[in-house]
Amino acid sequence: MSETNQRSATIAVLVENEAGVLARVIGLFSGRGYNIDSLTVAPVDETGRISRITVVTSGTEMVIEQIKAQLDRLVPVHKVSDLSLEGPHLTRELALIKVVAQGDDRVEALRLADAFRARVVDATTESFVFEMTGNAEKIDAFCALMRPIGLAEVSRTGAVAIARGTRHIAA
Amino acid sequence: MSAITTPAPATTDLRPGAEVILQALKEQGVEVIFGYPGGSVLPIYDALFQQNAIRHILVRHEQAAVHAAEGYARSTGKVGVVLVTSGPGATNAVTGLVDALLDSIPLVCLTGQVPTHLIGNDAFQEADTTGITRPATKHNYLVKRSEDLSRTVHEAFHVARSGRPGPVVIDLPKDILIKPAPYTEAPPASVPHRSYRPQVEPDAARIKEAVALLKGAKRPVIYAGGGVINAGPEASRLLGEFTHMTGMPCTNTLMGLGAFPASDPHFLGMLGMHGTVEANLAMHGCDVMLNIGARFDDRVTGRLDKFSPDSKKIHADIDPSSINKNVKVDVAIVGDAGRTLAALIEAWKADSAAQDKEALAGWWQQIKEWRAKDCLAYKQQGPIIKPQHAVKRLFEITREMGRETIISTEVGQHQMWAAQYFGFDKPNRWLTSGGLGTMGYGLPAAMGAQIANPDALCIDIAGEASILMNIQEMGTLAQYRLPVKVFILNNEYMGMVRQWQELLHGGRYSESYSAALPDFVKLAESFHAKGLRAENADQLDSVIREMIAHPGPVIADILVAKDENCFPMIPSGAAHNEMILGPDQEGNARSVTDEGKVLV
Ligand SMILES: Cc1cc2nc3c(=O)[nH]c(=O)nc-3n(C[C@H](O)[C@H](O)[C@H](O)COP(=O)(O)OP(=O)(O)OC[C@H]3O[C@@H](n4cnc5c(N)ncnc54)[C@H](O)[C@@H]3O)c2cc1C
Ligand SMILES: Cc1ncc(C[n+]2csc(CCOP(=O)(O)OP(=O)(O)O)c2C)c(N)n1
Ligand SMILES: [Mg+2]
Repeated sequence: MSETNQRSATIAVLVENEAGVLARVIGLFSGRGYNIDSLTVAPVDETGRISRITVVTSGTEMVIEQIKAQLDRLVPVHKVSDLSLEGPHLTRELALIKVVAQGDDRVEALRLADAFRARVVDATTESFVFEMTGNAEKIDAFCALMRPIGLAEVSRTGAVAIARGTRHIAA
Repeated sequence: MSAITTPAPATTDLRPGAEVILQALKEQGVEVIFGYPGGSVLPIYDALFQQNAIRHILVRHEQAAVHAAEGYARSTGKVGVVLVTSGPGATNAVTGLVDALLDSIPLVCLTGQVPTHLIGNDAFQEADTTGITRPATKHNYLVKRSEDLSRTVHEAFHVARSGRPGPVVIDLPKDILIKPAPYTEAPPASVPHRSYRPQVEPDAARIKEAVALLKGAKRPVIYAGGGVINAGPEASRLLGEFTHMTGMPCTNTLMGLGAFPASDPHFLGMLGMHGTVEANLAMHGCDVMLNIGARFDDRVTGRLDKFSPDSKKIHADIDPSSINKNVKVDVAIVGDAGRTLAALIEAWKADSAAQDKEALAGWWQQIKEWRAKDCLAYKQQGPIIKPQHAVKRLFEITREMGRETIISTEVGQHQMWAAQYFGFDKPNRWLTSGGLGTMGYGLPAAMGAQIANPDALCIDIAGEASILMNIQEMGTLAQYRLPVKVFILNNEYMGMVRQWQELLHGGRYSESYSAALPDFVKLAESFHAKGLRAENADQLDSVIREMIAHPGPVIADILVAKDENCFPMIPSGAAHNEMILGPDQEGNARSVTDEGKVLV
């Protein structure tokens, strides 16, 4: 591998929704030593036969090309699409963030949540659960601000992504 | 694993799952299964017992069943079929499956499984076979519904043989084998698979680019690999045609031997770690390289940053993941090797540009000079048999006899000498474990080839260490009267290991001596075979002739020089132009860097 420049790639993979398909994809990454920065999966068509896996990975151009070719050669894979390469796209992640705090800290937590457009989805006298969507950086930033206030627990989905405009992929 | 949801069958004719499987195998043209029984597959054995269309060969170890199926597949171009029981039967098969995966051999392996309601309960002889074999196969299935059974078998054969061939496992819970199941015929070839559609036809634009590069080449080389063999004998014929119409030199990988005739003057020999000087220097010095059906393996490229530094590279391969994996290429052609060669031939004829014949003649002049080094020369002097000489005489004597000869090998120095000194003029006559390098491959592979080619002379060129890894298959040879010949180059060492220890580890021969060897002659006899031994050069020819003449299985124990090394050799971490030549050659051994030692 001659080049060393790394890039991040957001890859959408349409797969047959069958037992073991996720294991095949994950096994491919671990077996061949590729990075998984995040991975999400859910059925996306009306029959539930097709699932969409969004995987965020990084590597040299040659490695990313290899990752796509390796994914594409799995028997239950319909389509592999490199969103980062194919044009402008949107990336979103959902996070549920639990903050345990008292007194002034609660006020500060709510003020920050408001600024980040995080919604309160659960509250007790000692805690909040915030829901927020955004890209990974936004969620990271929110969590960092919440840490001194009382960040207790974070649950994140990992990225989902889609191309902007009329461009679309189908199985 | 199965994604196959089968629509309600047209017929309501239901039969036990095991029978449905056999019917599907028959429809797929299966004539032979290599297998070993056990509790979970007893229904299939029962069904086998009650029919005559499919022959079952009982091996002595499941690993050997897979290698035998590989030998069967590689010598015929058909899909090899294996049947093993759950748990240990399946785990024993894993080495063979990975071997077939790395060498792109089409196989379907049926594994027994505990009944569906017990899966996950640590039941007796339960193993997570689909989990274990997921990275060991091209694809695998667990059949959980009787309706999916026959369709799964048909799909497995399609996946195994199409695109880049490979092994496919079908895991079969015992209840599925017993329960009545419907039969569905294989879908016609015109119905594409939902998600798996390998590209067979090459892109015309890429073919044109390739021809333009090749026409303008001053120092071209064709580097053809196992993919040409995978593509069938017609692809090998087209490779010959293309090579001759272009006047280019051609080299083959270890897996590609036989794709281009070894006796053809355009042949440079094998390339790579133990390839010829002329092949490796042609690769190093070429200005345009056409890789067809080879995968730039590390045994071939040596040090990547010094690999063929001044060439434009064209790579034709059916698997896009083989392209730009190790070596960045200039023109990528995805497609079947046979179709690609046919398209190249057409495009070459259609292209009006003239070749630089003068430059090509100069290039051949250069190649002749490299050839004149005669890098495979050795001196057979005195009574001690040189292993190279043993292979060479085996080649010459079999050629003289004119019999169809199929050679398999184990893994080690003997394998490399077989590759260097046995010439193959046709594809499918050379069976070797290239990618995984599995000691113990050769005897069962020869066995499988012999089943498929009953009239051929099937010889396993073996090492004394490797042969012990599947020696139990001598029993299978006896049972089925398979006249396989085991030709052991007995150097009393794991020679390939010893060679690396000599060259890289200061001659400290740690655990590489083959101590306490059996008496191979007696061992042969105890397995109802003939045992022969050649102790000195005078006996070699007569032992070879006697071995071939004997109508049954033979072990020929050829006592060869113990300290012979295999040359030429490109040490790990070195480039093609940094070969070590044999002691009878001028040229100097260079020392291996630590960086090189890290490599295998
Ligand atoms: C001890 C030892 C030493 C070795 N030394 C050497 C050596 O000196 N030289 C050497 O060459 N090898 C050597 N090998 C073997 C080496 O490890 C590799 O197995 C071998 O080089 C690979 O051969 P190949 O490139 O032809 O690819 P294969 O493994 O045969 O792969 C075939 C390629 O063709 C493609 N393909 C499959 N079907 C088709 C089709 N229908 N159409 C088009 N493409 C297709 C596949 O996608 C794949 O990319 C050695 C092995 C051992 C064990
Ligand atoms: C199953 C397995 N274990 C270990 C190795 C590593 N290995 C490669 S060659 C070799 C020695 C083979 O010795 P022998 O069969 O006598 O052949 P020789 O090299 O002497 O010709 C070994 C141990 C291997 N290739 N396969
Ligand atoms: Mg040996």
